[in-house]
Amino acid sequence: MSTVFAKSVPGREGVWPEKPRTEPVDFIPEGLLRGRDANLPSLSELDVVRHFTRLSSKNYGVDSNFYPLGSCTMKYNPKFTEEVAALPGFSRLHPLAPQLPGGGDMVPGALEVMYETEQLLCQITGMAAFTLHPMAGAHGELTGALMMAAYHADKGHAKTKIICPDSAHGTNPASAAIAGYEVVSIASKDGIIDPEALAAVLDDQVAGVMMTVPNTLGLFERHLPRIVELCRAADALLYYDGANLNAILGKLRVGDAGFDVVHLNLHKTFGTPHGGGGPGSGPVGVSERLIPYLPISRVFKDEAGRFSLRYDYPKSIGYVAPFYGNFGVMLKAYAYILRLGGEGLTRVSENAVLAANYLRKRLDDLLDVPFDRTCMHEFVASAERQGKNGVHALDIAKALLDRGYHAPTIYFPLIVKEAIMIEPTETESKDTLDAFVTDLREILALAETNPAAITAAPVTLPVGRLDETRAARAMEITDDLG
Amino acid sequence: MPYIPHTPDEVREMLDVIGAASIDELFAEIPAELRPKSFDVPPGLTEMEVRRRLERLAAKNRTDMSSFLGGGFYDHYVPSAADMLLARGEFYTAYTPYQPEASQGTLQAIFEYQTAVARLFEMECANAGVYDGGTALYEAVMMAVRHTRRKKVVVSEAVNPIYRIVLATYTKNLRLTLVTVPHMRGSDDMAALTQAVDAETAAVVVQNPNFFGTIQDFTSLFSTARDQGAVSILSGYPVLQTVLKTPGAMGADIATAEGQSLGLPLSFGGPYLGIMTCRKALVRQMPGRIAGRTADASGRTGYVLTLQAREQHIRRQKATSNICSNQALCALRALVNLCLTGEEGLTRQAALSIENAHYAAMRLCCIPEITLLNRDLPYGNEFTAVFPINAKKIVRALADEGIVAGFPLGRYYPGLENALLVCCTEKHGRDEIDRLARKVEKAL
Repeated sequence: MSTVFAKSVPGREGVWPEKPRTEPVDFIPEGLLRGRDANLPSLSELDVVRHFTRLSSKNYGVDSNFYPLGSCTMKYNPKFTEEVAALPGFSRLHPLAPQLPGGGDMVPGALEVMYETEQLLCQITGMAAFTLHPMAGAHGELTGALMMAAYHADKGHAKTKIICPDSAHGTNPASAAIAGYEVVSIASKDGIIDPEALAAVLDDQVAGVMMTVPNTLGLFERHLPRIVELCRAADALLYYDGANLNAILGKLRVGDAGFDVVHLNLHKTFGTPHGGGGPGSGPVGVSERLIPYLPISRVFKDEAGRFSLRYDYPKSIGYVAPFYGNFGVMLKAYAYILRLGGEGLTRVSENAVLAANYLRKRLDDLLDVPFDRTCMHEFVASAERQGKNGVHALDIAKALLDRGYHAPTIYFPLIVKEAIMIEPTETESKDTLDAFVTDLREILALAETNPAAITAAPVTLPVGRLDETRAARAMEITDDLG
Repeated sequence: MPYIPHTPDEVREMLDVIGAASIDELFAEIPAELRPKSFDVPPGLTEMEVRRRLERLAAKNRTDMSSFLGGGFYDHYVPSAADMLLARGEFYTAYTPYQPEASQGTLQAIFEYQTAVARLFEMECANAGVYDGGTALYEAVMMAVRHTRRKKVVVSEAVNPIYRIVLATYTKNLRLTLVTVPHMRGSDDMAALTQAVDAETAAVVVQNPNFFGTIQDFTSLFSTARDQGAVSILSGYPVLQTVLKTPGAMGADIATAEGQSLGLPLSFGGPYLGIMTCRKALVRQMPGRIAGRTADASGRTGYVLTLQAREQHIRRQKATSNICSNQALCALRALVNLCLTGEEGLTRQAALSIENAHYAAMRLCCIPEITLLNRDLPYGNEFTAVFPINAKKIVRALADEGIVAGFPLGRYYPGLENALLVCCTEKHGRDEIDRLARKVEKAL
């Protein structure tokens, strides 16, 4: 399908405002003005509507396809939350309004939403306080790492290292490095953190340990109490990556368990759409001892129940975002939490874990599951066995696309060969899960009898497998390059 | 339970397959002492109840006022078709296009977005966007630090003060030296900036139009930076970029911008869009996702995420950035808006905004004792007016008349307590501007 630029017809009228009475050159010297046209599209409204409608048909999304992408929690996104976030009373609010004299009175409803969301997240996680400013999970990690640095520096003992298990998401070590830390990786044992391996590297230079619970294999970290003990003794802070919170709502509050810093992904656990890669929202919760370092501004509620923004926190790490985070995303998560309530959230995790274990059991005769015990909301299988026929995890993924499923996450976590990471979420019906099993069984049977049929996939989509090497070499990253 | 489809019978069947007696058994690994001490989340509500509650909260906010508030975040008109197209579930319920064959819609859109913003800024390359204009500027600075292996960054005080605070937060632990060069009555101090850029400098950072609304040409400064081996970074304003001399034409190495003005609602600060563009020589230092064009085995054109060796899921702690989820849907919205409005429409938006701002400045300057901070310098759709009294008093008085007069600069610029940043877009009518002038005159 040609690009929108190729469809452009100079002079064709789009959604234009009226013609100005003046030209910029009447006010601004010519030398400061643009020399050439930008060569942006000239199209009718229908041209544009048709182009993007057709593009949308080339995508799988949760609304159209089962999307068991492990670690991403691709659950259904309730539609009413979209309308809530688009209410003009929220969508037309200027972010600088609260900084005006008397500005707090212009935005009390928005501040109340933020305050209430923070309180709900505190209840859900057991943390003492939250900031909503980080705009995605990785942004939350960086915010957390900066707070850990501020905590240790304030105690007069700046430290240099952060520990991540080898099963961690790539963002964990990347965020720690960007906050100025050296990253120490520790090997997992039986799929989980080995407290002895941790103890061996936990010296007085370790600022924190980053954990995901359940971890990226979908396994609960059984040694958590011992890990908490070790970290306390070394004055290392314990960080919780909330990517997998969908497994433990109402079952484990990470604050009670001893974590000091926590980031959540509202776009995973709390039903806000993933948007083709954002916008997300990555609020960060802290234990009592880290409250002074939270980013500013903070929402404050006085005795009369009035809300305001406060900036006077001398130990704060500062601004991690220009304003208050992705407010439009928070609104949807707030509406989602109110809708489900405490019991509903608990049912979310129960059914997510039920669905994952159901799929694991129904597939474990066909695919190797390296750590085959009760999983939480997701599990990691391995296509190593299929390799003897020349069929790899990638081929199975592509064959699933042909049958109308988005593929699971593949080749992650790095510690499982030919990894296939499956997360069904609580919102998929048993019929969908059963159909998925049937199709995956057919694919795996074909992998034995006719591997070429699998390695040729996909054949039903707008394009077949694309040449990634050529893309990197040719570097056609705009219509004008390459 | 809403959104959970399993009936009690189905739960039973699934448990039987698993071989568990109850759902509780699936959580047996979480020891009793780690179970929640409380889980005090209020009971669930119906969809209607939640909507009512949110509608009540929305109604408490004042969004019915006539507003001249800008400061980098602008209320431009958004065509209705943009909302309709963005509501397509195939776009907004997808995730990062890890499986390109099932994500050609998202990938082609990112490619088109990259093309559009690269053309707008006359730069060679663009990524799929980062969180917002502030973090885009920080990522640009980090690109320069890696590229030059230097630690000194020269920043003009006329760059959005909030962006400068964000920059300070992130660079605190990285032992970078931020040198801030004071503005001169609302203009960038070119001589001082040029002098500050030396052989130790990683980057020089400026904004056009700057925070005071002033339009300038940084060609000479960027030329000095190039001679010193430093990277030139310009933070721009996409809508006005259709009429202003581009960062590319000035010789910038990296151009960033807040993309909100391209069809994103103000939404109290987010979600927004951090636009990042650069010269080809710097593309491997770029953070985040980049879509590239390629083909399949039968020669059909398709798009993939490319140059991924820069990214965290491959490089872990050696990645150019930690960014994973970005603001993909916001980039799509910017692209759709830009296509609907088109080159002519966007140029008109810019011209009308500039025209309205000049009309507003003319009306205000007719009032005795009101001047512009720097009357000799050109400005776009925003200008800094100076009053004989504290600008906060003006804002307070006009709020009672249902007008947001602008942004008082004293908060970020001590000494400019009487200065007010006033912005116009194509949405302002002359009658609205006349009313602003009348009420300001009354307030003095």
